[in-house]
Amino acid sequence: MPSNSNRQRFPNLPTSSRRLAGRWPEMAEFLMPALGADMTEGTVLEWLVRPGDTVRKGDVVAVVDTAKAAIEVECFTTGTVGELLVPVGTKVPVGTPLAMIDGTSPRTPSAKTPPPQGSPPAAGEPRPAAGGHSQPRRPGIPATIRLADPPARVFAAREGVDLTRLHGTGRDGRITHADVAHALAAPARTTTERARVSPYARRLAHELDVDLTMLAPETPGGAIHARHVRSAAGPATAPGHVPEQRRAQDPAAMRQAIAALMARAKREIPHYYLSSTIDLDPVMTWLREHNRRVPVTERILPAAALLKATALAAVRVPELNGHWVDGGFRPGDAVHLGVAVALRGGGLVAPAILDAAKLSLPETMAELRAVVARARSGSLRSADLTAGTLTVTNLGDNGAESVHGVIYPPQVALVGFGAITHRPWAVDGMLGIRPLVTATLAADHRASDGATGSRLLTTIATLLRHPEEL
Amino acid sequence: MTKPLSREEATEFVQSALRGFATDDELSALPPDENLRDALELDSMDFQTFVERLSTGLDRRIDEDDYGRLLTLRSAADFLTAQG
Repeated sequence: MPSNSNRQRFPNLPTSSRRLAGRWPEMAEFLMPALGADMTEGTVLEWLVRPGDTVRKGDVVAVVDTAKAAIEVECFTTGTVGELLVPVGTKVPVGTPLAMIDGTSPRTPSAKTPPPQGSPPAAGEPRPAAGGHSQPRRPGIPATIRLADPPARVFAAREGVDLTRLHGTGRDGRITHADVAHALAAPARTTTERARVSPYARRLAHELDVDLTMLAPETPGGAIHARHVRSAAGPATAPGHVPEQRRAQDPAAMRQAIAALMARAKREIPHYYLSSTIDLDPVMTWLREHNRRVPVTERILPAAALLKATALAAVRVPELNGHWVDGGFRPGDAVHLGVAVALRGGGLVAPAILDAAKLSLPETMAELRAVVARARSGSLRSADLTAGTLTVTNLGDNGAESVHGVIYPPQVALVGFGAITHRPWAVDGMLGIRPLVTATLAADHRASDGATGSRLLTTIATLLRHPEEL
Repeated sequence: MTKPLSREEATEFVQSALRGFATDDELSALPPDENLRDALELDSMDFQTFVERLSTGLDRRIDEDDYGRLLTLRSAADFLTAQG
């Protein structure tokens, strides 16, 4: 184990890892990640591993507190956890080494890791290529859960069902959608004692003096999250129990973080704005038909179609998908679509749907639900806040008619959708009443011009005319 | 449709399907004729989740055309106690 004194610091390193090639060929440092352009330092809220534990790439190893939220940070490599360099409760700058990961250890799973079927794609796996299991996994799907069909995993993640506690009835013991639904429908309260409690929720419960055994998960078999604990603690916690650790989603701190980021965006980015009204009649009609045919749990909301159309349009207009870094535009490697999610307590986060252009419409819907659930339960992953290459803000059907947004640095564009409302519209030379949405684009004039921006909105409108192709 | 619900059970079930969107105290204090979406600031995704919980929990299909009948505690309880 190398000593601390030899270690250099890389305070602005954008990634969360640094290989120590040469001197310690298989040792790697796990660094405090930069979880968004506005983050300069973070606090280790919790370690989920101990020295000697085997970790796999993608496992959540720590919970890091930023001004905006408590973020679960994933491991970048497979190996054995060495020394934990930063104790819980310590605030350190981005780029500070947090732990050592020894990559030389045998990769055979330890008792804590899942059975060997986990290695993708295992021999005899019934459906090998479908979703591409060997690709970087999507956020919200625990790395240790592999014996479940992708839709079942997404469904489970959305509903907070712990897949490790389910018995799979599918082929080769795979967990199916029906298994998850069955777990959801199981009688409530019987599972209270065994309810899964997120580690952060457990800590919060301790701080807020909440008795965890009094809490029931939202859904049978579901997990108890921090917000349930907060909810149980009540809006005004009893005098004498002033919680000190609520900064994770402290509205004032989040306000400050948003203020800093948005001020930076407006200071640095020369925004230009475009807008376009789109007739959603084809989409709404198609969705109504689709939703009539499928089970209630597989219904698709218009928001998913808007996101999918935006992702596809961004592939066709790549000048608006990526980051402005070091005085130049760096195109994104794929469309990672940030979704602005309003939080119930106020504030906003924009977790990303990874590789959104490759998802089917039902998958887009499932991912959308998963990111919203993660944002609101305060269980965001590191990739959620750093991966976005283009952000969409969707005011939803209770919102205003249009939004001219502020770009999320270092991205170069933001697409906004207002509420879908029925308004008069010219159709084939006649006046009709149609469901319309105002789509807007805020774009960085350093990276693109109005003609390019226009092309993006036009492409979105064209795609939405043919919902069956989304 | 399995066994019919009593009105009390239906109201309780609706409230339980709304858990997480507000505190339990807020839910039990909700006036029966208050618009749920406005009062609890439910977006379309929240509302869909609410419908799914009702549908899954009661093993009963709820069509989009029926969403308008689920807008208040009272109307939702009416809907759930009616033979579907």
